[in-house]
Amino acid sequence: MRRFFLFVPLAVFFVMGIFLYRGLQLDPTELPSALIDKPLPEFSMSSLYDEQRQVTPADLKGKPALLNVWATWCPSCKEEHAQLNKIKEEGYTIYGVNYKDDRGKAKEWLRRYLDPYAENIFDDKGALGLDLGVYGAPETYVIDANGVIRYKHVGVVDQRVWDQIRPLMDKLASGEVAGQ
Amino acid sequence: MIRWFTTLLLMVSVHATAAIDTYEFKDDETRQRFQHLTEELRCPKCQNQNLADSNSPIAKDLRHEVYRMLGEGETDQQIADFMVARYGEFVLYKPRKDLSTYLLWYGPFALLLVGVVVVFVMTRRTSSGNKTDDKPELDESQRQQLNSLLDQDTDK
Repeated sequence: MRRFFLFVPLAVFFVMGIFLYRGLQLDPTELPSALIDKPLPEFSMSSLYDEQRQVTPADLKGKPALLNVWATWCPSCKEEHAQLNKIKEEGYTIYGVNYKDDRGKAKEWLRRYLDPYAENIFDDKGALGLDLGVYGAPETYVIDANGVIRYKHVGVVDQRVWDQIRPLMDKLASGEVAGQ
Repeated sequence: MIRWFTTLLLMVSVHATAAIDTYEFKDDETRQRFQHLTEELRCPKCQNQNLADSNSPIAKDLRHEVYRMLGEGETDQQIADFMVARYGEFVLYKPRKDLSTYLLWYGPFALLLVGVVVVFVMTRRTSSGNKTDDKPELDESQRQQLNSLLDQDTDK
């Protein structure tokens, strides 16, 4: 029995080792979103192209989509833009939130780099960003057909990230997760 | 003497807030609540800084939200709830006491208790062990043998 206690430090070492090893692979800058499995916050904001038209959450419902928070002042947004265009070509829907930006600059950007967005919400004050819990562009949300947030990715959406998100989008489209 | 004193004063660091906003408060109490809240809430972007310290745009926005909500007469609890609803428990430097954080709040005390129990048991065991060791049980022949050995030693 006494001998057995001699192994306690070794066991403690292994348990700590497992936790610390796992810690090496965690990214502390990635926060879990508080809005997962919650519906989109209420908003009514003007469309980027048409100042007169108001966009509400109802406009984003109907099919699963990506909601991408972007701005022209954000270098990483430029980085992921080509990937977003590619995702659009694959037939997926992307909505944009133009976050704390200048309307003219944003339009010019989309003209120059092509527009992957089915709809763009002009959020110049960052009010919608605040309600979404955005803390740095780019951020990308996966919303289902009912406008419920299913997933959030902070940072650049590249091919690797998209490969992770796409199965979820397909699953949502086939209605497996919908109605939960 | 005075020079010594001034040198000493220079070494004392005064609590400094990095970000400077010009907010006007209706009274001192609101100002103190604002300071307290921005120090207790964590900046989601620049981690390990609170809202008061951080210069990041999001911290500026959130400071403004805190200011706005204070102006609207919301309680500290409502403001904290507002932040948690958007940015998660992460924004609280002082985690709430609920099922998921009991381990965090009370774990150290539980470990301390375990330590105390272990130390108590170990000291008791060794002291009771010593007591039995103090009384070596020798029978008559062993005692004679011991005495003869001791005698041998003195003969030298």
